Amino acid sequence: MTGFQRTIATLGGLAAAAALVIAFIGSGEAGIALLAASLVLALAGMRHHFSLWPQARVDLVASLGGMALLLSRLDGDMPTASWPLLIACWLFGWLAVEKTMAARNLPKALSSVLSLAVPVFFGAWIIFAWEVLTIGLQIPTVLLPPPSMIAVRFAESTSILWADFQQTVIKAALSGYILGCGSAFMVAILIDRVPFLQRGLLPVGNFVSALPIVGIAPIMVMWFGFDWQSKAAVVVVMTFFPMLVNTVAGLQATQAMERDLLRTYASSYFQLLIKLRLPTAAPFIFNALKINSTLALIGAIVAEFFGTPIVGLGFRISTEVGRMNVDMVWAEIVVAALAGSLSYGLLSLLERQVTFWHPSNRRKTP
Amino acid sequence: MTGMVNRVAPIAVVVAAIMIIWYGFTVHLNAPWQIDRYEKAGTEWQMRDLVRDTMAQERPVLPAPHQIVAEIWKTTVKKKITSKRSLIYHGSVTLSSTLLGFAMGTILGIGLAVSIVENRAMDKSLMPWIITSQTIPILAIAPMIIVVLNAVGLSGLVPKAMISTYLSFFPVVVGMVKGLRSPDPMLMDLMRTYRSSRLQTFWKLRLPASVPFLFASMKVAIAISLVGAIVGELPTGAVAGLGARLLAGSYYGQTIQIWSALISAACMAAILVGVVGVISHLTLRRMGLRA
Amino acid sequence: MSQDSNSIPAIRADRLCLTFDSNDGPVHALKDVDLTIEKGDFVSFIGPSGCGKTTLLRVIADLEHPTGGAISVNGKTPEEARLAGAYGYVFQAPALLAWRTIERNIGLPLEIMGISRAEQAERVKRTLELVGLDGFGRKFPWQLSGGMQQRASIARALAFDAELLLMDEPFGALDEIVRDHLNEQLLQLWKKTGKTICFVTHSIPEAVYLSTRIVVMSPRPGRVTDIIESDLPAERPLDIRESKRFLEIAQRVRNGLREGHSYD
Repeated sequence: MTGFQRTIATLGGLAAAAALVIAFIGSGEAGIALLAASLVLALAGMRHHFSLWPQARVDLVASLGGMALLLSRLDGDMPTASWPLLIACWLFGWLAVEKTMAARNLPKALSSVLSLAVPVFFGAWIIFAWEVLTIGLQIPTVLLPPPSMIAVRFAESTSILWADFQQTVIKAALSGYILGCGSAFMVAILIDRVPFLQRGLLPVGNFVSALPIVGIAPIMVMWFGFDWQSKAAVVVVMTFFPMLVNTVAGLQATQAMERDLLRTYASSYFQLLIKLRLPTAAPFIFNALKINSTLALIGAIVAEFFGTPIVGLGFRISTEVGRMNVDMVWAEIVVAALAGSLSYGLLSLLERQVTFWHPSNRRKTP
Repeated sequence: MTGMVNRVAPIAVVVAAIMIIWYGFTVHLNAPWQIDRYEKAGTEWQMRDLVRDTMAQERPVLPAPHQIVAEIWKTTVKKKITSKRSLIYHGSVTLSSTLLGFAMGTILGIGLAVSIVENRAMDKSLMPWIITSQTIPILAIAPMIIVVLNAVGLSGLVPKAMISTYLSFFPVVVGMVKGLRSPDPMLMDLMRTYRSSRLQTFWKLRLPASVPFLFASMKVAIAISLVGAIVGELPTGAVAGLGARLLAGSYYGQTIQIWSALISAACMAAILVGVVGVISHLTLRRMGLRA
Repeated sequence: MSQDSNSIPAIRADRLCLTFDSNDGPVHALKDVDLTIEKGDFVSFIGPSGCGKTTLLRVIADLEHPTGGAISVNGKTPEEARLAGAYGYVFQAPALLAWRTIERNIGLPLEIMGISRAEQAERVKRTLELVGLDGFGRKFPWQLSGGMQQRASIARALAFDAELLLMDEPFGALDEIVRDHLNEQLLQLWKKTGKTICFVTHSIPEAVYLSTRIVVMSPRPGRVTDIIESDLPAERPLDIRESKRFLEIAQRVRNGLREGHSYD
């Protein structure tokens, strides 16, 4: 066990011991279960000094047990001892991950399961702490509603959320995304044949990519009206330049030797483009597609702040904020987050299929 | 000398082409309204009048570039800085929250990167969520964050800066992790042969190696930080900043005002990125990393 | 093939010059190179770096353009020869496309030259066997060792049955054991196919072992200083490299290289 792990274990044990002491002083308020849990966790922290059951799963069980207890006691006035116990649970969870990660020569299957399980565990922990803290500390729901409340609101308003999703994500963001990326790709192929234009457009494109383009939203709303067309226009402009710059850079990424090779075969411009340069450009193009998937959502939602029919993620967010219905706002945020993460995930998956050969995606045995 | 011309000439041609297209569209887009007015007033008009008048409307569909330049000149040089109409005043409001957010984002990003590189548990649990965090369209919910923070008494600079922080920490984390991991394995082995401690390896090898990566990501971070500050100014009630100018302009159909705020924001972005670029260049040269 | 076309040399260079412009004034990569290579020859170009041996190969392949003199490949200009698919070129690195399997990499020139699919498959199979890579066609390049990758790139150059094979230090990046093995295989291939091979190297034993003629070059300006005919027997086991005759030829090459150096 490393010194760092020992420190975490000691801190965890101390936190649990503090919970134990506070529970004793507070007498009946804490209850027998909390007392027992604190005792168990304090012992779990101390066991490291006697090298008893050093396995990570012992720490994990201790942490999960504490969490389950805290969840079962969740209400407006939780005993003071809950807070040091929460800290102890967190430290033991961390310790479990820390120990697992430190183990070398894990079997390949296990390590790939772990690389998924660890972040999921971490995410679950954040939601758990969020729930316990917002309810236990009676944080006003206007400021931060607990996850359970958001989940309930989400389940209750699926039809509204679906309509908003269609308006903003499908109609505005997706159509603008396809148009913007598609046209930038074509332009990149066209200017590829004119080096002069390339030298001129690339710096300008790089410059424009760094600009706060969302700012054109009010202008687009004036030009194209309140409905989704104006939002799609914003998305087109936002996605155009990253795609253009990346595609042009990708088309230039071939190596001199590969170009010479195709030259010795007397290949035509289009053969060179299709057989060598587009495949080489694929990683760059996917990079732009991934950046643009987030940009498209941002553009579509922000543009709705400048005028919109009474449907859409951006519209709902701004009106519900006005009414202080923060749980509904959070439900919309969940929709946006899901849309963003899912499209990013899908693109990453597609990227792996298409550019399986790239050093970052290679596996020795296909 | 010829190299310089070769570099600048294409850019100049492209910019000139954009200007010409812009003027063309100005006439084209503003013409219907202008013709309508001529007809109502019953005035005779020729092409020359049309071209002249479409570039001098008060609320054009698309203002001509010189109108925007004139507006910027009017609201910067000719207005007192304290005036609510001074673009310098609004610009400085945006700039201060941009810089605060950028500073916080950079510090947060470096801190996260160091802990990710030095601790495997942090790497495994944090990294996927850091990437996920950026697939959430945070800019879109920025107004809510501002309003909610206002409700609990946090207002002014800090909420806006937090949006910028959220946006700017990401490129810094990604770049810095890459940079801290960039030293050649051979050099890492060399440090081992010197019995170098983790801390020594960090200060003498990892950190210096990461500096070029850090600056490259800071260029991205400061640009995106400005975007965050502007969008943070959009929600109802924001009275100052370039974002507020955009919103006010859109309410009252003041297209020239919108465009002048937009162009100023663009110039500010260019200057900020340029400043980071110069600092990066000087630092790297001092470190002997780049000529 | 008629007697007449057979008598045309594979390559003829006449007072060939190539000058690059650089910041420090003109660089004479090739100066007054006179050279004739007959069909079926195995010719090695040897010399220190900067002597123009790679440049000469690239001029033959129409990848560089001479600034003076004349050059013909099979009696045609290099460009005509390139457009006719007259030669296969093997680079210093395998230069295999990472997204294509070995089969499809070898098929690449055939696709570009518009050869039918059935014929492509047949030729790919044949050349894979020729270089001893049968069974690896479905692998991707990055799944093979460096030596196998270079063999695949040789197979690719053989796939379209060009009479002329241009090889630019093809084994330079490989270790000596693999290199010996590939040298042996290359010799057998040359005997089997009767192709003309131009082979750039900076290894004296490699040049002597492989060639019927050795062209010694020297730098600044890049020029031919000596052409050595090798009279080693056609049958060359690896241990011929210890024979007296082999060492004599190697010594002559070494002397030629030294003379070239005494200029600067």
